This record gives sequence, structure tokens and C-alpha cells, in this order.
Amino acid sequence: MAVITVGPKDFDPTVEMDALLAGDGDVGGIASFLGIVRRGRARPIDAMTLEHYPGMTERAIARMAAEAETRWPLDGCRIIHRTGRIPVGGRIVLVMTASRHRQAALESTAFLIDWLKVGAPFWKQEHFAEGASHWVEARGADDAAAERWTAR
Amino acid sequence: MQILYFAWVRERIGVAEERVDPPLDVRSVGALIVWLRARGTRYAEALADNARVRCAVNQEFASVEAAVQPGDEIAFFPPITGG
Repeated sequence: MAVITVGPKDFDPTVEMDALLAGDGDVGGIASFLGIVRRGRARPIDAMTLEHYPGMTERAIARMAAEAETRWPLDGCRIIHRTGRIPVGGRIVLVMTASRHRQAALESTAFLIDWLKVGAPFWKQEHFAEGASHWVEARGADDAAAERWTAR
Repeated sequence: MQILYFAWVRERIGVAEERVDPPLDVRSVGALIVWLRARGTRYAEALADNARVRCAVNQEFASVEAAVQPGDEIAFFPPITGG
């Protein structure tokens, strides 16, 4: 049921939301998370490059989406993760779920974005305003955010 | 077997993908890392610290104990940072 797209192309969240609603009279609400490239304060960046493992990425996301669908009564699920170079302010990721109930939509969206950060093979490279680049280090806080869904 | 490298592991080794034929006694991810390190400085540096490198065998996350065999697709990469 989940529709998953991984690739360089930008997307329009309102178009995605309309597509999720199309022809379905059962949806009571849609929740979403939209991830954006942030400039940062201490050492500002101009852009970010997202690298991924083609094939494994789509499989990993599909498995997470299937898990969300067993945990919550979802009427639709849309996941988009962009790859390649994205400037500050650009969209990186969209997780959107539709359900009869708001709790299911809100919780499944949080579950999916928490797991995406630790369970799908993506790597971020930051491009600093002064020209240098570096690979972002994994954060323990992301592991902790994903762990809270297994603790239940 | 086919080996893929991503992010800074790829940059340090200098190739994104390569075909290798390790000896048959290389049967685990850990043994494969040891064998790859012996191929040269770039490999030894990129794969120096098992705590900083993650692995997938046939597109599933795998530990250093995981089995590998001829024909497998093995990937080495840093801890992931998506989303």
C-alpha cells in the first residue's frame, strides 16, 4: 500500500497530499513530516549531498512501511527521500500517512521518520559555505529515537 | 563476490564497486575485512576501525560474524545518517 520514491527529483507536498486522499472516503486525517536542509549556526552550510545504496534503500523503506501498516490502521502511506545535492531550504524527505484516526496517522509518521534515520542506508555530506565538505556523523540521539518504538 | 563502498569509505578506498575473489577460507565479514585490509594502504585506512564501519550482505545489515560466500554482494559504509 505504501508508495515509495527514492531519487533526485523534488516533490510538491500538496500534490502528494491530494494523491493520498484521491478517491478515498474513509480517510479522517493525514499526518506528515517534511525534512528540510538546514543552514546551521556554528559552521553554516550551503548545501547537502545525500548518497544511498540503490536497491537496499527501497527494500529497507518498504519493510518499515509494512511494519507501520501492521501496527496502525493506515489508509495510505507516502514516503519520498531525495538523493544528490540539495541546497539549504530544499526538501529532503517526506513521510505522510493517512488514517481514519489522528493518533494512528501521527504515531505512524513519527515511527517512520525515526526509523528512516537509522534503518535506511543514506549518508549526508555537508558542503560548508567556505568550500570544504564533510560527512555527517551518526547521532546517538537518532538511535535513541528509533529505540523507543521497540521498547513498547 | 561483488563489493560496494559508500560515503567516506568509498572516498578513502577510491572505488565505488569492485569484484574480488578472496580465498575460500574467507567465510565471514570479519575475515573479509582482514583480507581487504591487506590489499593496500587505502583499504587498511578505510577499514581500520570495525566500530566506525557498517556492513550489509546481500542488501541486509550484517555483523562481522555474518557469513559470506562467493557470489554475495557485500557493502561497507559508515553508520547511516539519512532522514
